[in-house]
Amino acid sequence: MAQYKMLDGNGAAVQAVSMADVKVVAAYPITPQSPIAEKLSDMIARKTMDAQFIRVESEHSALSCALGAQLTGIRAATATASVGLALMHEICNAVSGMRIPMVMPVVNRALASPWSLWCDHQDSMAERDSGWLQFYCENVQEIFDLMLMAYKVAEHEKVLLPAMVCFDGFFLSHSMQKVLVPEQEEVREFVGPYQKKNFWLDPADPVFINDLISLEEFTEMKYQMMKGFEAAEKVFADAASEFESRFGRKLQMLEGYRTEDAETILVGMGSMTGTMKHFVNEQRKQGSKVGAVKVTCFRPFPAKQMKALTQNAGRIAVFDRSAGLGTMGGPLFHETLSAVGSHMIIKNYIGGLGGRDVSPATIRRMYEDILSAKTTSNVPVWIDAKEHPMEIREVLRYV
Amino acid sequence: MYKIETEAKGLVSHGVNACAGCGLELVFRTVIRALGEDTIVIIPPGCAALFSGIDNVTNIKIAGYQCNLENTAASAAGVRAGLDAQGNTHTTVLAFAGDGATADIGLQSLSGMMERGDRILYVCYDNEAYMNTGIQGSGASPYGAGTTTTPAGKPTYKKDLLKIAIAHHIPYAAACSAANLPDLEKKVKKAKDAKGPAFLHVHTPCPTGWAYPPGKSVEVCRMAIETGAWVLYEYENGRITVNRKIKELRPINDYLCLQGRFKHMTKADMEILQNETSCRYSELLASEG
Repeated sequence: MAQYKMLDGNGAAVQAVSMADVKVVAAYPITPQSPIAEKLSDMIARKTMDAQFIRVESEHSALSCALGAQLTGIRAATATASVGLALMHEICNAVSGMRIPMVMPVVNRALASPWSLWCDHQDSMAERDSGWLQFYCENVQEIFDLMLMAYKVAEHEKVLLPAMVCFDGFFLSHSMQKVLVPEQEEVREFVGPYQKKNFWLDPADPVFINDLISLEEFTEMKYQMMKGFEAAEKVFADAASEFESRFGRKLQMLEGYRTEDAETILVGMGSMTGTMKHFVNEQRKQGSKVGAVKVTCFRPFPAKQMKALTQNAGRIAVFDRSAGLGTMGGPLFHETLSAVGSHMIIKNYIGGLGGRDVSPATIRRMYEDILSAKTTSNVPVWIDAKEHPMEIREVLRYV
Repeated sequence: MYKIETEAKGLVSHGVNACAGCGLELVFRTVIRALGEDTIVIIPPGCAALFSGIDNVTNIKIAGYQCNLENTAASAAGVRAGLDAQGNTHTTVLAFAGDGATADIGLQSLSGMMERGDRILYVCYDNEAYMNTGIQGSGASPYGAGTTTTPAGKPTYKKDLLKIAIAHHIPYAAACSAANLPDLEKKVKKAKDAKGPAFLHVHTPCPTGWAYPPGKSVEVCRMAIETGAWVLYEYENGRITVNRKIKELRPINDYLCLQGRFKHMTKADMEILQNETSCRYSELLASEG
């Protein structure tokens, strides 16, 4: 029987890793991910988890160790956040290019500089083209659920791509919530034993992996990865229906919330989408036809589903929790705009950076702005910035 | 290239795409022969990646993969842990990297691995510069050596990589040379059975980068030993043993004059290097026991 547990986001990720038959963990602590590294090393030391723990000296080595370990034909795990993920960047591409279906929790935290310990999505957004599937979680239950889904989808023979399960630093990583945790056996049945596919290291059947590739084959290998992302949409849908029949919870790449008759749709990712739903409910009570789209799966980006969910709306407001500097808006805005076209009014809102709360008041400001918009705009609105952002500090001169 | 499934003898194919006279080829063949096929090798980009192969052709009949430049030790640690998790303690995990990937960009992950005590056999073939990218200076380039990034001669001393390894209290570390393959083979076998990290630092002559005729690799490398520019020694169970004691070191110039990379050195520079070489040799002898 599944049981309710009180877990924070890090705890839910640990719970999933520990139930997924992971045999090697290599992790380096970083705020706000540290409890994941600590708890996994503790469980391994106490032998409540049957695995090896490698106490690495950096995130770069953490992912390198996990890569090497998984190449021997077992599940390996690491987890990181922020600049730790940035340090992993080089190896992120090695993992995906070698088609190693590793699952990695990413606790979203702003990238330096300036230094911030708190949540935004810049760290994982900077990895959006690194060849990993990316899932974003609304709440702690979803962290556990999407971790299990990530193993299932990543390891599918038509996909064979690694997956990041991204969740908001502190808002989720340190938020205690009630989580329904299935029995170990139920998880094992869903995730299945690790099956090595493609290639692996075996002295009895030697193959040399990942040598230099000339221009004859490089393009084709990237094309094959693209086909993996393409296949992931159907694999996700199939896995989600199996998940629902086993565990009773519905997971979707995109979740439309009261979008059927919505004239205005708010688009967001991560923990802010709970606030968006709350806002939608409040507005609906007053007769406003507003809905929300929660983007759970950012890679692959389910463009067709986005178009289908928003086709009847006249206005779309896209909230990006990363700055999208030097272009017309944040990454979620670009994806959404490409998916739906510009026949409706669509605008981008940047906010929630460096841990700033995406409050109902912020969502309301965005909603009021999109209602008053006359045309689509390629200039993002920094919706929660202070009134005089260029003058936040007084410079004192000592003469 | 030979078809290695049918035609090659041993685990490394005949005729590899290394430069003529490459010291690394000797070293690689010797290490792989000593270890046998129950080995997984991790090779970063660099000259040794010539053995990884290109496209669908490889030069070795050993399981392995090409890692990134700075994570050889971490990659090997992951492979070791993966094997251990499956109860495989017999396979040797061999990290095989050059001086750039070891002494410079990979020093951090190497240090992490050695400090943790992971059971890895790490071989650094030291050809004393970034040879594969075109002879740029490395931390392991000797004083005075001309490279494409030290065109006036390197103004600082060679980084003492083996001392750094020894400072991690690992069970076995040794200096080896391409000029003494029986000694190298003996040390590989000892290193294989170490109960933790084993580190072999192999002086590896490079005709292309050191600028001497390809036929003279062994001669040049041997002269390094005769002059004390390279000292064969071992660190085992906390004790240092100099394997080959030289009664009277030959002048350093006997080694330098064989190579084009030192040709611009002044007398004063040579004296500095002579002093450093003699002092280091005496220090090593004094640290024995």
